[in-house]
Amino acid sequence: MPSLDLQIALLKTMVRIRTFEERVRDLFAAGRLPGFVHLSIGQEATAAGACCALRSDDYVLSTHRGHGHMVAKGADTSKMMAELFAKRTGSCKGKGGSMHIADASVGVLGANGVVAGGLTVAAGVGLSIRQRRSGQVCLCFFGDGAANRGPVHEAMNLAVIWKLPVIFLCENNGWASTTSHRYGSSVADLAVRASGYGLTGVVVDGMDAMAVHDAVQVAVDRARAGGGPAFIEAKVVRWQGHYEGDPQGYRDKREIADGKARCPIHRLASALMAAGSLGDEDVASLWRAAQDEIDGAVAFAESSPLPAPEDALQDLFAGC
Amino acid sequence: MRTLTMAEALREALMEEMARDPRVVVLGEDLRAAAPFGITKGFVEQFGEDRVLDTPISEAALIGASLGAAITGMRPVADMHFADFVTCAMDEVVNQIAKVRYMFGGQVDVPLVLRMPTGNVKGAAAHHSQSLEAWFAHTPGLRVVFPSTPADAKGLLKTCIRGLNPVIFFEHKRLYKVSGVVPEGETLIPLGQADVKRPGSDVTVVATGWMVHRALEAADALAQEGVSVEVLDPRCLAPFDKATLFASVAKTHRVVIVEEAVKTGAFGAQIAAWLAEELFDELDAPIQRAASEDVPIPFSPPMEEFVIPNVGDVVAAVRRLC
Repeated sequence: MPSLDLQIALLKTMVRIRTFEERVRDLFAAGRLPGFVHLSIGQEATAAGACCALRSDDYVLSTHRGHGHMVAKGADTSKMMAELFAKRTGSCKGKGGSMHIADASVGVLGANGVVAGGLTVAAGVGLSIRQRRSGQVCLCFFGDGAANRGPVHEAMNLAVIWKLPVIFLCENNGWASTTSHRYGSSVADLAVRASGYGLTGVVVDGMDAMAVHDAVQVAVDRARAGGGPAFIEAKVVRWQGHYEGDPQGYRDKREIADGKARCPIHRLASALMAAGSLGDEDVASLWRAAQDEIDGAVAFAESSPLPAPEDALQDLFAGC
Repeated sequence: MRTLTMAEALREALMEEMARDPRVVVLGEDLRAAAPFGITKGFVEQFGEDRVLDTPISEAALIGASLGAAITGMRPVADMHFADFVTCAMDEVVNQIAKVRYMFGGQVDVPLVLRMPTGNVKGAAAHHSQSLEAWFAHTPGLRVVFPSTPADAKGLLKTCIRGLNPVIFFEHKRLYKVSGVVPEGETLIPLGQADVKRPGSDVTVVATGWMVHRALEAADALAQEGVSVEVLDPRCLAPFDKATLFASVAKTHRVVIVEEAVKTGAFGAQIAAWLAEELFDELDAPIQRAASEDVPIPFSPPMEEFVIPNVGDVVAAVRRLC
């Protein structure tokens, strides 16, 4: 039996991500946030499941759909919200925004505006861990769209030949922007490509936080013990458009409805309530706590100053 | 005073820095075999396979992994093998290495040196001869260094390895076997300091890399005619030492810019723009440029020699001014 503490941690993390993302959705729709945002609503189980299998000093490489990864790894949601509001108090002082958000203090070495931009970097983080003998691991999120880019091949091959402690976690939501995985990928299960690198690919239900956690935990334990990298494919459903405002004319609405019927939060909460581990009020209090946290994050962001225009000239180089 | 070739000077710099700092690792293709230029000869025996990392022919992984290592406590020195191959890792250099510090609001430092064997080497042709330094000077977030002598190569490489910023370090392949005086012991040359390779009073010739040597030959020839040429080597394109350039041009009032890169959009165009914008009143004649023809480097020697500026081209450019 999985520990109750872990299940509650997973549920709480998913509730916090959902609450953060829904608030961002509403703020963006109201024209309050500049740029554009890619939300992970519906995909919370991969972020929570994977990051709950990590130590606080482990590293994460994220993607353009990375708010959930940040929250799950322990980033301060007030600084995150301030970043999305383009404020000086943001995680990246307003220089990164949603697509380049990072919090090195919790080991998140960046979202990435370039699809598949993080995989080769993750290999290097793994190399550094090996050289420093620090016992850390690096978990690299990427998507089904990224899986078809060349650097994925180079990074996985390198991680295998150097036996690096890197977990490559593919969140396959079936859509590379507006191009379907079915059309754009040579195989239905991307995990089969793992065998091309001498790895055993693992497919998990990415709508099941415990399943993701357990698969990642196995890979993390093996990597920490010197067993080298892993390739896990988590099948998820993207509830929102590629970006907020995407009319999604290319997509069958039934797919989204099916995804919502498999809500990872509802799934875990129901299981815990059915087992008598949590009551209605326990679950409601998780949502209330998350709402309070995000209310506070928005208030912090709203009351924070914008950067001075000439702050644009700072942070390019160290020591300058 | 002892002399070393540039290859020997670079090797000595790398060895000294690896011995000094265990965080320094070298990554690249064929490093253990020290092919093709011999810079890392004997390294694996001295520093072990953990610090002398041969990569597969995976340029994106080489450069991306160097970045990942740099932002988590290592000091990687990556070897591009031939500068031309950086095209296979331009996302990693331009979108990632150059930008992570800035995008993340200064949360990480990127102590990374990318060694780029650059420029023409006889008959290497289009994929092994390019001079691409302008691309990187055009990318905010990168230091761009281009030494022309063994002493400069050693002193600048050591400084770059000890720094906290990403450096694109060009090493001209024609200069690996060229010797020069290199001081014994610790030599560090700060970035952003140009060097007057030959003082003169009639015209300033600004040149980089191999072209510094051609400019010096041209200066010798012109001295026979009574023309005094000052040869200025910027050594770093980013940061660029405008003060030394402007002081030289304010003295000579004439300037020729010589470079091996193809002329259109080359870094010399930027130097010319600075002079035109900021030092126009000091110029007594139009700025002259000698650069490669706007074609890929051809294979056949007569065409190759035609495309790249030679000593005669530099002399002719000076004569147009004096």
